[in-house]
Amino acid sequence: MQMHQTARNDVLLELRDLETRFYGEESVTRALDGISFQVMKGETLGVVGESGCGKSVTALSILRLLPKVSARIVGGEVRFHGCNLLELSDREMRKIRGDQIAMIFQEPMTSLNPVYTIGHQIAEAVQIHTKASRSVAKAKAEEMLRLVRIADPERRVSNYPHEMSGGMRQRAMIAMALACSPELLIADEPTTALDVTIQAQILRLIVDLKERTGTAVMFITHDLGVVAETCQRVIVMYAGRIVEQATINDLFASPAHPYTQGLMRSMPDPRRGRQRRLPEIPGIVPSLRDPIVGCSFAPRCPFAIDICREKTPVLRDVRAGHTAACWRAEEVMGA
Amino acid sequence: MGLLIILALAAPLYAGDPVNIDPFKRLQPSSAEMWFGSDNLGRDVFARTIFGARISLVVGMLSAASAALAGLLIGVIAGYSRSFDNVVMRVMDGLMSIPTILLAIALISLTGPGIGILIVAIAIPETPAVARLVRSVVLGVRERPYVEAALCGGASLPKVLWRHILPSTIPALMVQGATVCASAILTEAGLSFLGVGVPPEIPSWGNMIASSRLYLAIAPMTIFAPGICLAITVLAVNLLGDGLRDVFDPRAKRRR
Amino acid sequence: MAAYILRRFVSTIAVMAMVGIFIFLLLRLAPGDPAAMIAGRNAAPQLIASIREQLGLNDPIPVQFMRWVRDILGGDFGTSIFAGRPVLELISQRLEPTLSLAILTMILSVTVGVSFGILAAWRTGGLVDRLLAAFSAVGYSVPVFVIGYFLIYFFAIRTHWLPVQGYVPFNQGLGPWFVHLILPTVALGLGYIAFVARVTRASMLEVLSEDYMRTAAAKGASSYAMLFQHALKNAGVPILTVIGISFAYLIGGVVLTETVFNLPGIGRLVVNAINNRDYPIIQSVLILTSGLYVLINLAVDLAYTLIDPRIRY
Repeated sequence: MQMHQTARNDVLLELRDLETRFYGEESVTRALDGISFQVMKGETLGVVGESGCGKSVTALSILRLLPKVSARIVGGEVRFHGCNLLELSDREMRKIRGDQIAMIFQEPMTSLNPVYTIGHQIAEAVQIHTKASRSVAKAKAEEMLRLVRIADPERRVSNYPHEMSGGMRQRAMIAMALACSPELLIADEPTTALDVTIQAQILRLIVDLKERTGTAVMFITHDLGVVAETCQRVIVMYAGRIVEQATINDLFASPAHPYTQGLMRSMPDPRRGRQRRLPEIPGIVPSLRDPIVGCSFAPRCPFAIDICREKTPVLRDVRAGHTAACWRAEEVMGA
Repeated sequence: MGLLIILALAAPLYAGDPVNIDPFKRLQPSSAEMWFGSDNLGRDVFARTIFGARISLVVGMLSAASAALAGLLIGVIAGYSRSFDNVVMRVMDGLMSIPTILLAIALISLTGPGIGILIVAIAIPETPAVARLVRSVVLGVRERPYVEAALCGGASLPKVLWRHILPSTIPALMVQGATVCASAILTEAGLSFLGVGVPPEIPSWGNMIASSRLYLAIAPMTIFAPGICLAITVLAVNLLGDGLRDVFDPRAKRRR
Repeated sequence: MAAYILRRFVSTIAVMAMVGIFIFLLLRLAPGDPAAMIAGRNAAPQLIASIREQLGLNDPIPVQFMRWVRDILGGDFGTSIFAGRPVLELISQRLEPTLSLAILTMILSVTVGVSFGILAAWRTGGLVDRLLAAFSAVGYSVPVFVIGYFLIYFFAIRTHWLPVQGYVPFNQGLGPWFVHLILPTVALGLGYIAFVARVTRASMLEVLSEDYMRTAAAKGASSYAMLFQHALKNAGVPILTVIGISFAYLIGGVVLTETVFNLPGIGRLVVNAINNRDYPIIQSVLILTSGLYVLINLAVDLAYTLIDPRIRY
């Protein structure tokens, strides 16, 4: 709702028709097929979808961290503060990475370099982007560890990753990402690889830090529950496209895309008590190698009619601040 | 590779006499009669080079085959028997710690030069690498369910080794075999060059280079012709090995 | 750590014992009676018999073996049959050219090979990578002595830029020493560079696909920092291992190179010893090189702990 009236200069990041492809030995995968959305300053945006829907590719495309050999961004724009990141030189891009846009990854076990201490790796991020001396950077690293609530930071700075637990490593990753106070933090499934209890702690930490620093967060997850706890606005992705976009309240109150609806039904809901069995979405995600005719969700969709199989639906407003790519969005919302 | 073998086999048909000594034509430059000129005894370098290919290929292949067989046997047994494994692998470690050429030299120094002892002397230092490889494959395979199933099913150990374990070592063995062959050809040439390989009266590339050493400034072809042939042969064998690896392990190909 | 070193030490001793038995038997199997050889041709049978007694050749083989081991551990490697002087003395006289060549080759091939491998891995399929593929095919296939003669022909005989052959001892001037070693080092180094570069490339490729490399990139690290700090330290362990193992290969090359360039080193000593059937020399050089090999690999293992903090013994 208020999204619509937001002034343009509040837009931090804007993707326009982003298209990313992967090149295999004899096939081309359309991993992203025209993605457009905005991230406002200081907001928390959730990006939800099944594995392989293009969430992580979106994140890596923004930072231009895709594997050079096999992937290429073939179209669209990534505007950060109005400036197209895709047109920057490698050198200019490096100045953005880690400084203005930082990222944390899914696998805390493998995402830290095993041969350097945690302190060294955090300090490195500081030293790349500021002229800080080694000792100042080390002090900053310690401060960051304290900020992410790692006990005994004086001692932990000189620990190696293998001497820490998964939860602690993820905290260290967050410390590293926030060390240069980025304006946007991309968190790619930051809790997926962790124990349930640790997951909750890490989520709370990210939300807390976000509030204290005013950083915008793009939260990538396959878990709608996580989105509900952390985000203000949500994008739902399916097969390399955005299928729905809404505020968290609107989305949970009345999902406008059958896929979103399916995702919600397959969430366990404690209020409903013990369920007999969680309904699942029948069928599988379509292959992105072959061109898709019509709506990519149609084969799995209970609402599908003839037009769904013939013409691809585009994102359209179903009400203020709520868009969906479905021919029958109104009926879906009513259902 | 195939071309090389054909050239070597057909040598007597087109190349001149490799051992004919003509004192009036010593250290001649290239001519229509003798393409690569002649050496210090007036022998035809071209003919000698072509005949040299036969020695190199024969010694290389036989050494590689012996090393592969010995390594296969040792590797399979070591992979299957704990007690044997400990002792034998220590011996293999020991052998690996001695430079190939030195070990071969020591072996040859016992009996004096000769083709037979040469092949043995080249094969022995190459064996440990093959044995280690085969052993690691066997160790990997013997834990596989189908091997355990065969054993539980009452199949005898030798039969299981023969039917289930040997076949899985073949691809690695063939790739390794090509590598060993290339290195055997190099060792043979090196030993001959040092004067302890093929008896000097036989035209092998190493011998040719050794006997022409003093004439490098006057007749470089006497050294370059066998040298280049040697390099091309080894290259061909190495490429064959790479080709085999690509066939057996397509994953490796993509990574390269 | 201490326990590990102890364990490694025990297995090292086991390997060396195997080498010892092997070499000992090799020489006992050698045709010809060492006593007869020492006595010289036309010696009286009584003289030979007394030399046999002196050398203890009439004792049982195990006793002879134990005595031999004890001598070696005490630094007595026997006496050269041909020169009539202690083997250790002959070897130490020849050590300098061999060590100079081996160390220079090591320095050349590790610096050039590692950089070459890193650049090739950085842009797989790029120009450097294809150059490396071609270079290593050649480096693997052309034997040291052929490269050696090519170098001599083109850089010494034709152009007179460098000396053809020979060695100038270190203490007679660094300049002449170095100039004489350039061609031998390059000849021996080419194959070795190819080898080190191939291993480096493979190891780097593996590391470059790790998650933490993406993290480093997300931090904004430069290509240089990514390759030489983040990746190289992780790729270091396999590279070091292979360099250690290939030491035996290097020594084999040294023997040939010394012959080509007429360097008065250990290699020449061995080759001459074969022609003279001087078994004690061959035996001692084998023992010493294999001992050195084992020590180097022990050192490499211990060096892992400096590179990779996860490795603790």
